[in-house]
Amino acid sequence: MGNKLEEIESSMVLIKQGAEARVFESKFVDRRSIVKERFSKKYRHPSLDSKLTLKRLNAEARCMTKARRLGVPTPVLYAVDPLLHTLTFEYVEGLSVKDVFLDFGLHGIVEERMNDIATQIGDAIGKLHDGGLIHGDLTTSNILIRSGTNQLVVIDFGLSFTSTLPEDKAVDLYVLERALLSMHSSCGNVMDRILAAYRKSSKQWSSTLNKLAQGALRETEGKKAHNGGLSSVNYVLHTMVRTGDGKWVEKLRELLVPLLF
Amino acid sequence: METITLPHLPNTPIQVCLFNHVQNSTFLRQQLLEGNKDFEYAFLDASVLISTSHVLAACFKAISDSLNGRLKTRNVHSEIVFALSPNNNIAESFRRFGIQDTSTSVVAIKVLNSPDQSFAEHLLENVQGSPVALTDDALAAVKDDARIRKLYRLDQPKKGESAVLGKEAEAFIIGSMALKGT
Repeated sequence: MGNKLEEIESSMVLIKQGAEARVFESKFVDRRSIVKERFSKKYRHPSLDSKLTLKRLNAEARCMTKARRLGVPTPVLYAVDPLLHTLTFEYVEGLSVKDVFLDFGLHGIVEERMNDIATQIGDAIGKLHDGGLIHGDLTTSNILIRSGTNQLVVIDFGLSFTSTLPEDKAVDLYVLERALLSMHSSCGNVMDRILAAYRKSSKQWSSTLNKLAQGALRETEGKKAHNGGLSSVNYVLHTMVRTGDGKWVEKLRELLVPLLF
Repeated sequence: METITLPHLPNTPIQVCLFNHVQNSTFLRQQLLEGNKDFEYAFLDASVLISTSHVLAACFKAISDSLNGRLKTRNVHSEIVFALSPNNNIAESFRRFGIQDTSTSVVAIKVLNSPDQSFAEHLLENVQGSPVALTDDALAAVKDDARIRKLYRLDQPKKGESAVLGKEAEAFIIGSMALKGT
């Protein structure tokens, strides 16, 4: 009777600050939790600001629970506070995939672990996309590996939205591919393994991967055209320097004008 | 009877207790309906509560809404019952999560205004039942999984899956309480 629980430490510790939100570590009821606060932007009109902030807050909370319903592990949502613009959710103990892959880069790749992670990523994205949910910011730092169970947890649904368009899904994958290429080129071809798992998990994989391939093709074509144009200008400049020809200006114009128009 | 101080809410500790074999549910419910000032408690039907975290999450929401002047119901105690509901229908939430005439296991909650208050005596006097500490195990012993599944619209267990609700279900439930009204 009347025995009081230990006074619970309830201070908030700032972990990270981004452009849209601040992230704190805190306590919710009896558990360690994360509080994500979307702060107000002073450069926006106050009423517009609060509307936008609230809308995004709610969208994030809904997308996070929707993902969970689709079978993709996400942090457990504990509370939404529309007044303080905060979301409270579970503190996930573990490393981000980014940290794991960077470690692979430093100390050598553990093939088995790498395969497991890539498969889980592909599987999770497949489930999200088949449920019509686009994550919007798939990077290796937004995917965590729960320590102990090695289960993948997808976080940060701040840019998520619902869509069934193959284009949107392909962009989601493309963002991940870029992130992998720029951060983890030493890890070999993780993307292929992810896509293999994606193909198995998503029923609509073919249209998405078609779009992804089209995007990649367009990109390389763009580069070629760009380089082609530049090299001819280079050529003129080189000959000009070599020959000392006074008519180089006209030649240059001849080449540049069709490029520009 | 246990007094719990929730994180972030140091000035409003709560007293909680689980009563099993309650015999005067009708009387208790009547007091709430009449708005008897001496019975400002939240009486929850323990069969629809999955864990202590489930209960405390509702308390947290109700108290912080009350401190911010955002109550949707009459007082902080009815707000606790309302907070448990996954939708915005107040009468329905009382019917589903509050004490019923047929309830035999009841969780009583009192939100205190200062740490040195105690309503333990009054409660023990007026609730005819056997008080037990509110723990996950004690709740598990009286919970009705099928009913919880229905109230929170959880998926039916797949073949070979245990019908008993676990941590994953709790996550869904707390999530749907948090999502309400957004």
